[in-house]
Amino acid sequence: MSLPFLLEIGTEEIPDWMIVPALNNLQDMFQVLLDQQALGGRVEEVQATPRRLFLRADGLLERQADIEELVLGPSKSAGAGAATGFAKKMGTTPDHLGIQSTAKGEYFSFTKRTQGQPTAAVLGRELPNLILKIQWPKTMVWNGKGTERFIRPIRWLVALLGPDVVPFEIAGVKSGNTTVGRRGIPPFPVTIQNFSQQLKANGVILSADERREKIELGISTWRAKPDPDLLHTLVYITEFPTPILGSFDRSYLDLPHEVLITVMRHHQKYLSVEDAEGKLAPHFIAVMNTDADPDGLVRQGNERVLRARFNDARFFWDQDQKKKLEERVEDLKNVTFQAKLGSYYDKTLRVVKLVGALGGSERAALLAKCDLTTDMVKEFTDLQGVVGGLYARAQGEPEEVAQAIYDHYKPLSMEDAIPSTAGGKLLSLADKWDTLVQCFDVGMIPTGSRDPFGLRRAAQGVVRIIVEGKVKFYFPGMSPELSEFMRDRLEYYFRDVRSFAYDEIRACMAAGWNDLTDLEARLVRVKAIRTTPDFEPIAASFKRIKNILKQSQFSDSTFHANLLEPGPELDLYEQIRGSVGQPLESRIGPLRPKVDLFFDKVLVNAPDPNLRRNRLALLHNLLTEFSEIADFSEIVTERQP
Amino acid sequence: MSSPLTFQETVLRLKQYWSERGCIIQEPYDVEVGAGTMAPETFLRVLGPGAYNVAYVQPSRRPADGRYGENPNRLYKHHQLQVILKPSPADVIDLYLGSLQAIGIDLAKHDIKFEEDNWEAPTLGAWGIGWQVMLDGMEISQFTYFQQCGGFDLELIPAELTYGLERIVAFLQNVDSVYDIVWAPGFLYSAVRLKDEQQFSKYNFELADVAMLWQLFDLHEKECQRLIKLTGVVLPAYDQVLKCSNIFNLLDSRGAISVTERVGVIGRVRRLALGVAEAWMAEITPKSEAVA
Repeated sequence: MSLPFLLEIGTEEIPDWMIVPALNNLQDMFQVLLDQQALGGRVEEVQATPRRLFLRADGLLERQADIEELVLGPSKSAGAGAATGFAKKMGTTPDHLGIQSTAKGEYFSFTKRTQGQPTAAVLGRELPNLILKIQWPKTMVWNGKGTERFIRPIRWLVALLGPDVVPFEIAGVKSGNTTVGRRGIPPFPVTIQNFSQQLKANGVILSADERREKIELGISTWRAKPDPDLLHTLVYITEFPTPILGSFDRSYLDLPHEVLITVMRHHQKYLSVEDAEGKLAPHFIAVMNTDADPDGLVRQGNERVLRARFNDARFFWDQDQKKKLEERVEDLKNVTFQAKLGSYYDKTLRVVKLVGALGGSERAALLAKCDLTTDMVKEFTDLQGVVGGLYARAQGEPEEVAQAIYDHYKPLSMEDAIPSTAGGKLLSLADKWDTLVQCFDVGMIPTGSRDPFGLRRAAQGVVRIIVEGKVKFYFPGMSPELSEFMRDRLEYYFRDVRSFAYDEIRACMAAGWNDLTDLEARLVRVKAIRTTPDFEPIAASFKRIKNILKQSQFSDSTFHANLLEPGPELDLYEQIRGSVGQPLESRIGPLRPKVDLFFDKVLVNAPDPNLRRNRLALLHNLLTEFSEIADFSEIVTERQP
Repeated sequence: MSSPLTFQETVLRLKQYWSERGCIIQEPYDVEVGAGTMAPETFLRVLGPGAYNVAYVQPSRRPADGRYGENPNRLYKHHQLQVILKPSPADVIDLYLGSLQAIGIDLAKHDIKFEEDNWEAPTLGAWGIGWQVMLDGMEISQFTYFQQCGGFDLELIPAELTYGLERIVAFLQNVDSVYDIVWAPGFLYSAVRLKDEQQFSKYNFELADVAMLWQLFDLHEKECQRLIKLTGVVLPAYDQVLKCSNIFNLLDSRGAISVTERVGVIGRVRRLALGVAEAWMAEITPKSEAVA
């Protein structure tokens, strides 16, 4: 007979963004436990709310199967003393030993029977460890120094195998069959069969999908601005989500919509609402962690909070206008860029210079960081840059200056667009490049998963702006460490974002990557040539040439055409010479048979040293000639050279 | 619905509630602090093996947050009700929610969420794990399980509950400006406090004598260093730390601390705080153990 199993770890509120990875981790570890302990069964479902991790498995055995194992002891010739010792070790007496004949002679033996343990006992023994091994970004103690660590205090545990409790204890909490519903009602007993219904009857929807659907259904007629990330957060900060529609005074729509949306989204976790034309409407959607708002108190409370927030924003806007951006440049001396790297004032001066050298707007660079001293950005840090751009516009700076400032943190992620204007691209690029060069200078280099200064993102931004924005930028002042770092980022970008093959990237970068526009063009060409039938054989031949040159320690490239022998050798030379100036694409086809024939018929390692040297030089020239686009020997081919 | 509580009634009810649950009701600490956490009733009492439950209102000064009384929600000085439950009981969240009911919040009609918000105070060598408690979208409390304080891993884990009193009462009274809160019958918050906000904003931002503040900082630092070396005067030494911390905040609001100085000054306050914590630990550790 097989049994179902249920585990619920009841905690205080777990941060929403940690829940799904932890749940997957729990699922994997539990399946491994079932397999390793031969308990049968499979994890059927994992679920979570902020206050509980839940796992359900099915098909578990009642107990492990018994195991019989033949253990060989000492040689029979070792005598009775050895037999007694062996029997003792096996936990038996010598009369229970057998004799086993092997090719090497006769040995004492014992058939060891290990009785399978009841599944409940195995789970009870293993679960505390397994639960405490769930990986979290940061853990805490709650029972005192040196006690169990978990993401938040564990307050209850439900563990059921079929109808029975699997007994164990973690941090003073004993497992049982009693769970907890929404706060304020007493705990209640559950079974595996009625678990999720009982929870729902007590104010908790166990399934994340069901919570998401409940929100989506509730807001379906309200024209919510789609926001999958926020929706995910809302699903995992609630146990019984119910959306409500609130309103704010139309007059707040005069404030920049960026500010309104940031307040609603980041500070209040509200979805914003659009009108029929897709413009921001004076409404918001809050998602409650309860089933109803009968008296409208929750709506009024949220409206009041939002009003206060919007009033703050309006107040900040008015205050900030009293001191223009250009009057704030000096104040940047008091804003730390990084402890080892001085102030934003120092950074600003460097970026102005770099932007100037690139032909961008020095005015934009000078004002770009001034919004860091404004009340608005102190309050809404996510809006740095955006606020500067809006203020620049309001203070009569030229539109291109305002737009460059507005966009200069872009791209914020791989999905985010790069700045739209030339000025924005150059400013963003210079700002990020300065950060990279400076940080690498003082040894702040990302390692493993640690990248506290966001240098990978900055480098990715640099790469995307140069390539996608077609900016002329040749990596000035790059240390060897930074060069290595940028190479990694480039490889990542072209492989994972642009879907070029790894060896194509290696091949093209080997021919240089100072000019990324050129690199991109070469990648496109190599990718296209690669599909032609002659390409892979040629690439394999190049690899062979490279090996030959390496093995012969080739160094002298003087070449004499008059030493060439008529036939395949001369034919190859003439093919190369005759196609100089033609694009690679049209050279490969005719070249391939000549190369093949050359290797078939001509002995490179000719006995005559002059001939040998000349043939190596011919191959070297061929390789060099075709390596301006890519080092084709880096291409992985099926045909071994 | 009965009429909402005044500011002072709210304070009284909360004190009553926590008193009934075994807390010592302390009075505000009488040296300037930026938060209830900094009062010795929290900073020092959370250290060591002794259980301690305490609640107190702490007026908290943050010079840079002053707005001359012109912003409806920002104050140079606000009031925190600080509760320390050491060790934290298993039903601490239920206890906290009970305190909200005690001040007239019907939990069945409101939306409460606990959103991740870990707390860290590098100058105190302290950090904890916890949440901001959201009531109908408004942050009303900070809830923290202290993990470390004064650089020491804590032996018992205290729960710290910090209520933002102005926000909570503004919510209860449904007013948009803290200055419209009814403090006592017939007296608004503005009648009691507006003048402080105006005058101290002016002083903190415009008038505080920077050279004098630097001198004071140095003097209090020296005094602290002298006291730490003596026995039996940890509390006076800690007062000096609080003085330094407040002077640092004042200098900051005057814009008098440059980038290069900043890290150094924070480091100076931190060293003092850690030194005091160490002295306190030495004092409360039983002598026999200290010898062994």
